[in-house]
Amino acid sequence: MDDRLDIIKKKKIQMTVVLLIMLLITMGTSRLTEFNFIEGFQSIPGTIGWMAANLIPGAEAMENFSKVLSKLWETIVLSIISTTTAGLFALFFALFGSKTTKVNGPLAAFSRLIASVFRNIPVVAWALVLVISFGHNVVTGYFALFFTTFGFLVRAFIETIDEASMESVEALNATGATYFQMVFRGVLPESLPQMVSWLFFMIDTNIRSATLVGLLTGTGIGYLFDLYYKRLDYETVGLITICIIVVVIVIEFISNKVRRLIL
Amino acid sequence: MQATSSMQSNIKIRNGKIQIKTFNRSNFVLHFILSFLVLFTIVAPFFLEYGAIDIQTAIFYTLDNLKMMFLQPALSQVTLTAALYQILITLALAFLSTLIGAVISFFLAILSAKNLMPSYISNVIIAFNSFIRAVPTVLWVLIFAIVAGLGSVAAILGMTLHTIAYLTKAYAESFEEIDNGMIEALRATGAKWWHIIIHVVLPQTSSYMVSWTFLRFETNYGVAIAMGAAAAAGGIGFELFMASSFYYDLHEVGMITYFALIIALILEFISIRIKNKLIGSKS
Repeated sequence: MDDRLDIIKKKKIQMTVVLLIMLLITMGTSRLTEFNFIEGFQSIPGTIGWMAANLIPGAEAMENFSKVLSKLWETIVLSIISTTTAGLFALFFALFGSKTTKVNGPLAAFSRLIASVFRNIPVVAWALVLVISFGHNVVTGYFALFFTTFGFLVRAFIETIDEASMESVEALNATGATYFQMVFRGVLPESLPQMVSWLFFMIDTNIRSATLVGLLTGTGIGYLFDLYYKRLDYETVGLITICIIVVVIVIEFISNKVRRLIL
Repeated sequence: MQATSSMQSNIKIRNGKIQIKTFNRSNFVLHFILSFLVLFTIVAPFFLEYGAIDIQTAIFYTLDNLKMMFLQPALSQVTLTAALYQILITLALAFLSTLIGAVISFFLAILSAKNLMPSYISNVIIAFNSFIRAVPTVLWVLIFAIVAGLGSVAAILGMTLHTIAYLTKAYAESFEEIDNGMIEALRATGAKWWHIIIHVVLPQTSSYMVSWTFLRFETNYGVAIAMGAAAAAGGIGFELFMASSFYYDLHEVGMITYFALIIALILEFISIRIKNKLIGSKS
């Protein structure tokens, strides 16, 4: 009985210490970033009111609709093709990096390292460097998205392969199947649905990243947003925002539908 | 015995070979989707406007730039201490938005967990979250910036929104995995609603919540860099933006990228450790 009370007491002390440390970090970080909680929360109702008053697109903003649509199309194409091409490369790296399908240890470690580096270099850094030589061009956006997508997909694919196919690989190895037979008959069919599901997840993410990249590099819908934002033409800004919302929600809907059908 | 006979009847033989692929709807959809994606990837690039761009020289320049960036990193405009201080600010932005987001998400997740609340409330919250998620973080930050001014307040509010959308879903899913018998047992003893939260939900899910929250912190660190560059939120992202777009100093861009990369790798390492320690030990 005494022991149990002690455990509860110890837990309470632990919780208090953790909470105190969190509080200290919170105070330190808000001082560091000059973030005022009261001021911050006060600006929320103001922003909501402002959004309702200014972001609803009127007739004037609708004149820009065709321009918005063409840039939106550019962004959609960009996020899809960067995802699919990155997915193709990621597939090879994942096959080399996965525990079940690796060729040898060093190569596996190498491909994991490459993926980790690409994943963790911020997309902003890619965008800012590429824009210097490629200029305000779709190619800049494409490569910036490609690199980060590639890094993420390698990790996701490795996990998928590891989870899905251990047993079938063992069974195929026991029958004396070659490496390629094992990959194409055992690993790929089993992990392909999950991989496609990851591709859709990435397309969805990339539409949002493409907006960010576009803002920085002057391409796609992000550029248009930046342009009208700086012109203080908030109605068109609202129109662009609504368009992005619609596209993201439609893609999310499609990917949910597809996931339910294939998984 | 029955199983083997039904297996045998399912085996189809064509040209003397056993067919190992069977046709079904999910396979069909999968192939359809894959061929669509391949076709789209091949065809769509022709419909984009590239303007006047000389791909060859651009690639050549890029390789040169990347060489300057990754092989000859050096600081010139910012000092080492300043760079470290800016990284600290980026981490602080990520921390604050994760913390505020986590607290709000906890309550929203309770409301949206289907085993704790009626489903119409949870549907409202899920719809609200998918609306938040549909707007890119940078757009939220810029919208908040109109009222709050460019800076940390707008950045933290914008990042918090996405954190809420993400964590609410993650928390709610772990709440829904709780053994219903426990909740029922407490209800039967006449425990109040918040008793159930404190004595069943919190202890059962705290390790999942910590692991998800840290994962989000890791993500928010990356987002904070982006917001520094795109929405002037300060921190290392802003230095990155200045170094590349104002000073065209690729050596410095390289150095800053390395700093950001090292911190990101450390965070990823910690996050994997937390996940393995807290969740791995349970199952």
